[in-house]
Amino acid sequence: MTAAVAERRSGIAGALSDVFFARPQLLTFLLLTPPLIWIGVVYIGSLFALLLQSFYSLDDFSGVVVHEFTLATYEQLLEASNAQIILRTVLMAVLVTVASAIIAFPIAYYAARYARGWKKALFYLAVMMPLWSSYLVKVYAWKLILAKEGIITWFANFLHLSWLLDGVLALPVIGGPSLSFSYIGTFLVFVYVWLPYMILPTQAALERVPVNFIEASADLGADPRQTFRTVIFPLALPGIVAGSIFTFSLTLGDYIIPQIVGNSRLMIGQAVYTLQGTAGNIPLAAAFTVVPMLIMAVYLWMAKRMGAFDVL
Amino acid sequence: MSSNANRSAPLGLRIAAIAGLLFLHLPLALIFLYAFTTEEKSFAFPPPGLTTKWFEVAWTSRPDIWGPLYLSLQVAAIATLLALIFGTLAAAALSRTRFFGRETISLLFILPIALPGIITGIALRSAFDIMSVPFSVWTIILGHATFCIVVVYNNAVARFRRLHGSLVEASMDLGANAFQTFRHIILPQIGTALLAGGMLAFALSFDEVIVTTFTAGQQTTLPIWMLGELIRPRQRPVTNVVAVFVFVVTLLPILAAYYLTRDGEHTGGSSK
Repeated sequence: MTAAVAERRSGIAGALSDVFFARPQLLTFLLLTPPLIWIGVVYIGSLFALLLQSFYSLDDFSGVVVHEFTLATYEQLLEASNAQIILRTVLMAVLVTVASAIIAFPIAYYAARYARGWKKALFYLAVMMPLWSSYLVKVYAWKLILAKEGIITWFANFLHLSWLLDGVLALPVIGGPSLSFSYIGTFLVFVYVWLPYMILPTQAALERVPVNFIEASADLGADPRQTFRTVIFPLALPGIVAGSIFTFSLTLGDYIIPQIVGNSRLMIGQAVYTLQGTAGNIPLAAAFTVVPMLIMAVYLWMAKRMGAFDVL
Repeated sequence: MSSNANRSAPLGLRIAAIAGLLFLHLPLALIFLYAFTTEEKSFAFPPPGLTTKWFEVAWTSRPDIWGPLYLSLQVAAIATLLALIFGTLAAAALSRTRFFGRETISLLFILPIALPGIITGIALRSAFDIMSVPFSVWTIILGHATFCIVVVYNNAVARFRRLHGSLVEASMDLGANAFQTFRHIILPQIGTALLAGGMLAFALSFDEVIVTTFTAGQQTTLPIWMLGELIRPRQRPVTNVVAVFVFVVTLLPILAAYYLTRDGEHTGGSSK
């Protein structure tokens, strides 16, 4: 044992070092305590306080929160208007996730399989830059694009396709007075803003597909299409699932994008924001936030079973 | 996968990949274009004329920009500093030993970015309400540091894993105490990872809006100012000028972080 032969160190710093050396757990404990207090007490504590509030209710007449245990607030979630908000948001999250996966795959596949050297670095930066650049700036860019007098309308006119744009906007439900006041607009912005979160894990999973698997598949007579379907895609799937955690979770909780680009029908995030703000109905707002938490808990559990955490 | 390195990609794949990258980048180019338009009441395309006067207007006659800018810089600087301290401590502790509950604790540190921002925001706000904490710069910083810790932690933990334990043991055997070992052996090894993590944390905090709307009260950070301009626009090109500025301020630390971590594993911002 080294400890037995080492000389004692002088001074307080030295004495402390000897203690840490003899008891490594003590050092771990000391290192871990401050950040754990921050996250464990401040953050998790706040989450529990929020959860607790969802079991209170708002007195309809006085507008005061009644601090008694009740499930009435959760019953309110099932009312038609509130249930519609939840359904609408979940449906949007599903569509955004599927579209992101479809657009992300070729980029990830090209970057993982064909890009080398400076091209690889370029691909990486080309995905990282939009991922990290300002969220509001990105949303604002789409406000410019989708505006009635904006570039899409101009482009449609340029190609003599205005009839097509008008036809799309005239569609029930997804249409609207202009793209920036329609579900199509909201959908496009969501896909745009979360796309990099899908590309990176998909690419990470594709990078890990062993070359000899692909060669073996080809040697055994599979054509490229079969190799893709039976070897590459199943191995890339955990990466896609990992990416979908982000696209799904972020869409569920966002309230800025549907507020800036979208029609007046609320999504979960907007409902939470207005309920806690102007309406002062913290219990119902809290109950609303439990929905994405539960959905994400189930989602994370399924993703873990599919091995999605290994590529994060 | 590298067997196809010298074979070129199928045309369809190449087109889809390039189209995808264009989709990611063209919208940002428009932000720059509209900063120069002469039309201030609408987003007319193509811009009727080009001018640089909005940069001057933003600089000289819009005092409402400076307060939010100063607040955002202040918040980002302090939140980054806190995140560096707490994130490094957590990474050091969790990478050096294995103990019961370690996985759960590392999951805890990732939770603030795995849950939608609105949940973090409303949870913190209701906690402030319950404990009667008045809104201040510090309530904003508290929210920001909570998710900035994750970014530093992610960067630091990847570097700690590659740090050889034998170096630390050699230093201790040669008579250095724990603090000297940290100063002369560990810090030089993890320094660039911390710098990269700190820069990403700064960019993230400088730009954050969802959690901030819940923890700011009546205060206005730069993103909250921008959100206000998006909802009730006046002088739209000035908003573009600020957007260009925000874009550059967040982009430079990201490029720097990439440069600092490019030789290692690509952990720079593997998750936001």
